[in-house]
Amino acid sequence: MISRSGLLVLRQVRTQLRTRAGPTPVASISALARLLSSLAVLEQRDGKLNHGSLGAVTAAQKLGGSVTAFVAGGNIKAVAEAASKVSGVEKVVSVDSAAYDKQLPENFAPLLVENIKKGGYTHIIMGHTAFGKSLMPRIAALLDVQQISDITGIEDEKTFMRPIYAGNAIATVESSDDIKIITVRGTAFAAAAAEGGSASIEDGLDPKAESTTEWVSENLTKSDRPDLATAGKVVTGGRGLKSKEEFDRIMLPLADALGAAVGASRAAVDSGYADNSLQVGQTGKVIAPQLYLCAGISGAIQHLAGMKDSKVIAAINKDADAPIFQVADVGLVGDLFDKVPELTEKLGKQ
Amino acid sequence: MSGLRILVPVKRVIDYAVKPRVNKAQTAVETAGVKHSMNPFDELSIEESVRIREKKRYAHGVDDIVAFSCGPPKAQDVLRTAMAMGADRGIHVEVKEGEEPEPLGIAKMLKAVVDREKINLVFLGKQSIDDDAGQTGQMLAGLLGWGQATQASKITFEADGKGIMVEKEVDGGTETVKGVLPMVVTSDLRLNEPRYASLPNIMKAKKKKIEKVTSGDLGVDVGRRLKTIKVIEPPPRQGGGKVEDVDGMIAKLKELGAL
Repeated sequence: MISRSGLLVLRQVRTQLRTRAGPTPVASISALARLLSSLAVLEQRDGKLNHGSLGAVTAAQKLGGSVTAFVAGGNIKAVAEAASKVSGVEKVVSVDSAAYDKQLPENFAPLLVENIKKGGYTHIIMGHTAFGKSLMPRIAALLDVQQISDITGIEDEKTFMRPIYAGNAIATVESSDDIKIITVRGTAFAAAAAEGGSASIEDGLDPKAESTTEWVSENLTKSDRPDLATAGKVVTGGRGLKSKEEFDRIMLPLADALGAAVGASRAAVDSGYADNSLQVGQTGKVIAPQLYLCAGISGAIQHLAGMKDSKVIAAINKDADAPIFQVADVGLVGDLFDKVPELTEKLGKQ
Repeated sequence: MSGLRILVPVKRVIDYAVKPRVNKAQTAVETAGVKHSMNPFDELSIEESVRIREKKRYAHGVDDIVAFSCGPPKAQDVLRTAMAMGADRGIHVEVKEGEEPEPLGIAKMLKAVVDREKINLVFLGKQSIDDDAGQTGQMLAGLLGWGQATQASKITFEADGKGIMVEKEVDGGTETVKGVLPMVVTSDLRLNEPRYASLPNIMKAKKKKIEKVTSGDLGVDVGRRLKTIKVIEPPPRQGGGKVEDVDGMIAKLKELGAL
């Protein structure tokens, strides 16, 4: 975290800059070169602001300095207005063009690069989501910057913490690049409040770059259950469920009894018990709910990478030596086909 | 129209099954004496390239599959593995242990190799399981100005010899995009099931060529932009012990405030 005194100094300097009339003397420009100005890239879908992407605003606020939000897409007005209300955002730059609806990095990257150059931002921040992961490295290369992926902590304006080796080590890295390009782990930076802000909205530059790829179709899992990435409670099943039918029969009622999202281990996904988008782990989703309840999962390091920051971990497994019990706050050794339905029933009665 | 000339960058990383340990000086993860293997996502990329050739999935065939690795002398082992799986030849940029370039430096080297070898398809893993950055493929596509498709779970070629359809893993499901060659694709775990190299193929791979080059030969400055200040173990989690039955579990969860 940034020291309070450091923040104060920055704020004072900024205030001086703002109140001073006329052009800023050149000498102080270099002194103020460290003046922070962050661009939080927000995501939208079908004309709605994705609130999951607001962790970028939270990270930008932690850095201090001004926070500008960036949105682009067709009929962007409603999204820009929603972004302008986000607490902590001072300005929204929006680009209205349906060309950016499908989030293709080939045209979105030049778009963002043009606006970064115009705005002179020092930090470009986005969530470590599928779109953030595909877009930000491309921007970093275009700006000749080494990106810092999936950060979980901010020490100061150029020093960041990020997990490596599937979360088995935490590296603190210092960037020497002029522009910091950062993706943030959603579970480490809670979404900024969607209300309370009153930012100005302005139109951004639109370089109208062509995309060499085109969007064809999508196949998204539809569910009434909470979203896995942001749910307060998550139940996950593993290989121990034995089949898709059993997975659905055993795990889904438990999820509903708890009001929880459903996740799965890689073994369960590979065996076709659950959709790939539900995979929790190093290569799937990284989550940190209040309650993580898993059944039939041994606890391989790749899986632990995705859930070990959960507040409370509960596990049901018939193997008393399964590694999952080393991290579980509550462990129950037993056959999940007996225990999970019993748990579901007893939770339902409460 | 010529065939595919595929470049597959592969990385030597600590084996996925090994639990990494931070060294005493807290400067890095201990790598000496630890089992290493090819990054699992890179195996998928090699496998896919070989399958495209074997199943004749591309109209004009596959002319060349080049495996590339930047790493210490032992990175040659993963190049041999790639060639035993079916890559035609290898390119090795040798660097000292622990001095591997960052994704931006690797992407710049790959761009130079792409230009030199007239590559028209680059297949990378979506991330390496050591640094977990997930950047190299996208950076390379940006530097080349090519289209990109990340986290691919299915790849098909159109009959015209230009179009590629890629199904990508995205948050909440899958998305299909259509690109045109040349292109950069990164592989996700669901793409395929990599083969084991057979003994005869391992023997044959020993005769395949590995070309050694330096970053200087490629005209790339691989100076680091990020300085690692320290590396620490994450705070350990204490297991809370076991309960006897379902009632015990519910009681404990309530006590912990999770219900």
